[in-house]
Amino acid sequence: MEDKTDIEQIEIDLLLDAVERRHGYDFREYSRASLTRRLRRLRVDMKKEHISDLIPLVLYGQGVMESLVDGISVTVSEMFRDPYVFKMVREKIVPYLKTYPKVNIWVAGCATGEEVYSLAILFKEEEIYDRVQIYATDINEKSLKKAKAGIYSEDQTKTNTNNYYKSMGRESFNDYYFTKFHKVMMARDLMKNVVFLTHNLAVDRVFNEMQMIFCRNVLIYFSIPLQERVLKLFDDSLCKNGFLALGTKEHIRFSKTEKSFRTVGKKEKIFQKIMPRAGA
Amino acid sequence: MSLSAPGRFRLVVIGGSAGSTIGLPLILAGLPHDLRLPVVVVRHIAPESTWEFFMRRTDADCALTIIEPDDKEPIFGGHVYMAPPNYHLLIERDYTFSLSVDEKVRYSRPSIDVLFETAADAYGESVIGVIMTGANDDGAAGLKKIKERGGYAIVQDPKTAQVDIMPKAAIAACDVDRILPLERIAEALLELERL
Ligand SMILES: C[S@@+](CC[C@H](N)C(=O)[O-])C[C@H]1O[C@@H](n2cnc3c(N)ncnc32)[C@H](O)[C@@H]1O
Repeated sequence: MEDKTDIEQIEIDLLLDAVERRHGYDFREYSRASLTRRLRRLRVDMKKEHISDLIPLVLYGQGVMESLVDGISVTVSEMFRDPYVFKMVREKIVPYLKTYPKVNIWVAGCATGEEVYSLAILFKEEEIYDRVQIYATDINEKSLKKAKAGIYSEDQTKTNTNNYYKSMGRESFNDYYFTKFHKVMMARDLMKNVVFLTHNLAVDRVFNEMQMIFCRNVLIYFSIPLQERVLKLFDDSLCKNGFLALGTKEHIRFSKTEKSFRTVGKKEKIFQKIMPRAGA
Repeated sequence: MSLSAPGRFRLVVIGGSAGSTIGLPLILAGLPHDLRLPVVVVRHIAPESTWEFFMRRTDADCALTIIEPDDKEPIFGGHVYMAPPNYHLLIERDYTFSLSVDEKVRYSRPSIDVLFETAADAYGESVIGVIMTGANDDGAAGLKKIKERGGYAIVQDPKTAQVDIMPKAAIAACDVDRILPLERIAEALLELERL
């Protein structure tokens, strides 16, 4: 029997092959259910009858990849999302990070930058920011541009402010931005020690040794084999005793890297790299 | 286990919003501990504190194991899976869960439409979709999708629903198989399980 949903999956396979071979972006190991929904929406937005109608655009179109990557990736974020996670970073992790003369932080999948600004604020208040270098990476160029600009819509301010206070913020949150034409602009000095870079977790490699990695709500978009690759990349990037923070619904349970880590916060999903025991 | 079990149906998805705090535990309490069908639930949820309370209460009244699934967790019978607050819950074609922080759908995250649409994609004609009481039309498009793929649609009788907007929208969206008062829904699921 002809099943439209099965045919659609063939179209998606072909499209992803074309994207990978033509542009080097590899989405083949992404969680299919979410990817399928995104591509259905993209098809409608681009006024095409079938998902396979996007293939010629991928092969011959000019500058289509930026919008395709933007259409596929989910960049929804907020500041101090899951405040209890930031509270633990503030209270338990920062004292530890203070023992290093220089602290490299990697925010992998930083989307539009809310998490990066949150961390800059937290490190500043905890008086460690001067020795911190934050590497904020994503595959989505469009969202990286937004992250760099640090301009957000005013309707997010209430959520962000509530989250900030729940995370045990010490100052008043509105000192960190000013409002103009219903837009919120983050204070520039927060960006002093941040670099934004394009980095694809599915294909790119280790680029520096890190004391802590934040990769929250990114692994949920990956199949287990791709999650495995990325966790290995993090394991290889972290210094001994370095920390890894995942999204609150993500875990290292299905992964081989599990035994390189100990759990610091079960609910917070914060892990610390320990050397695997001999023979383990 | 559910994956290899015979029978026409292999999955139940339930969606509800305003008013389902009372209704949902009532349905779940009517299901036996050895239910073959996995049950997956999306409720529109307010703050987290009341959610944990709700989970504990519901768990106490229900013979099945109630859990919030983790990302990529496999789906088994004998379990009730509840979508966690602030995430969409999706079903993969290999019968595992995925979570997503995608934009809200119908002002909701989790959204019933997202669960139902992906359940229909993955399980086709083997899904039973149930829409309960609620104050918006989330779930109507998802239930329609289930019907299009050959699945089965049950809607709580709007007359017995605390808020009738959601069941009415579902009934208007597609040709539902049964419209039932709240107390009869568990019984109907048991009947369908035996098919
Ligand atoms: C939901 S956002 C997470 C934002 C933030 N970390 C948070 O938790 O609020 C997911 C981000 O992962 C990015 N992403 C997806 N695939 C990626 C890949 N292969 N490499 C790097 N980033 C990726 C997306 O572009 C998107 O910006």
